[in-house]
Amino acid sequence: MEKRCADTQVKGVSTGTTILAATFDGGVVIGSDSRASMGGEYVSSKTINKVIQVHDQIFCCMAGSLADAQAVIKAAKFHLSFHCVQMETPPLVIAAASILKDLCYKNKDELQAGFITAGWDRKKGPQVYVVSLGGMLISQPVTIGGSGSTYIYGYTDAKYKPNMSRDECLQFATNALSLAMGRDNVSGGVAHLVVITEAGVEHVVIPGNKLPKFHDE
Amino acid sequence: MATAASMMPYFGQQISSKHDMVPDWTNQEVSTGTTIMAVEYDGGVVIGADSRTTTGAYIANRVTDKLTPIHDRIFCCRSGSAADTQAIADVVTYQLGFHSIELDEPPLVETAANLFKASCYRYREELTAGILVAGWDRRRAGQVYCVPIGGMLVRQPVAVGGSGSTYIYGFMDSNYKPGMTKDQCLDLTAQALSLAMERDGSSGGVVRLASISEEGVERRVILGNQLPKLSTQHTHTHTHTHTHTHTHTHKHCSVFWSTLF
Repeated sequence: MEKRCADTQVKGVSTGTTILAATFDGGVVIGSDSRASMGGEYVSSKTINKVIQVHDQIFCCMAGSLADAQAVIKAAKFHLSFHCVQMETPPLVIAAASILKDLCYKNKDELQAGFITAGWDRKKGPQVYVVSLGGMLISQPVTIGGSGSTYIYGYTDAKYKPNMSRDECLQFATNALSLAMGRDNVSGGVAHLVVITEAGVEHVVIPGNKLPKFHDE
Repeated sequence: MATAASMMPYFGQQISSKHDMVPDWTNQEVSTGTTIMAVEYDGGVVIGADSRTTTGAYIANRVTDKLTPIHDRIFCCRSGSAADTQAIADVVTYQLGFHSIELDEPPLVETAANLFKASCYRYREELTAGILVAGWDRRRAGQVYCVPIGGMLVRQPVAVGGSGSTYIYGFMDSNYKPGMTKDQCLDLTAQALSLAMERDGSSGGVVRLASISEEGVERRVILGNQLPKLSTQHTHTHTHTHTHTHTHTHKHCSVFWSTLF
């Protein structure tokens, strides 16, 4: 029923957004759209970057209330850098994700924010973690979030394969964001993608007119 | 009330939904929370649907047929309230049959779609019905018309509907290309419906397909264990016991089909 699917979109209070992260052979791609909107009628920003760097090789995407997410990330960055100083070694991706999870779980009554954390560390290589609204933490090879993600569940299920090459994974992420932006009116703008590997971090920004086009466009 | 009900059942007038004696779903309306799809190809249309009808969390019918014939070469795919869509389909079947007798020739798909729209629009406040009308006629060959909740009417080369449809918009946008053959359309529909059934709790069961052309109607059923396998059905261990077939080559799903009309 169309009514039911409208409800599931509103219930999570997802920011109008599409975010995703996917592991490939040797690294991970994390990406988002760039639209901030107020109520689906006004685009308050066309070019915000929702992919935040929390450490050298660990990035986060936020979903939910933008204000809550920014506050949580600010606190998490502090905790993570302190942890890093104490351990005298670069932090693990799961450490960053756990810090976010702790903040979300302990303050679950006040907060409405979820995160996708992706990065590379020496112990486990490329990883993707999801911290959902209530503070659950799970690791997945590929994950999508935000209001636009509902439209690409089928595409992700069909097209994602583990151990793709870097270029295949980048193409997969670009296509997925483009498809979601094509159907979700509160996602749009440019596609921000970050590729994280052992060697380092690479930002890829694809403007709207260079995104892949599909049959009806 | 709570203390009195702790030991003995209380058969007063307040059997509310919090009472354990009566499950929640008995108060809910029967709905075809569903995934439906229709695709045009050169020479006809392919339509498909899942087979789950739910009352709340209970699956009232796990082998529903949501592909309803309206006329010899015109079908509709129903989503929304089961009662509403059945009632509308009955009305339109009658109206179209009468119109066809008056005309003394097979009716147009556009006519059937307009009859659906007329009912859905006039009674839009009372109805919850999202319908895809698809069929073949001599004037315009295969056509798909979408009549969503509210009563709009629009013709599209490919259309999806129901609660599960949101999950496959991306898949459909990227995999549909104009000019596909009938078999490609059948594969696309089966794959898309499987993906949606995997993600939507209100869709499931078997995949029912039908292809309508000048020659007639062919119906098929793909059972649950024969659905195309998804590439994300793997565990976190890095051994893969079966190769992942690409989206267009899942010929291992076997089908049962019979010809009607």
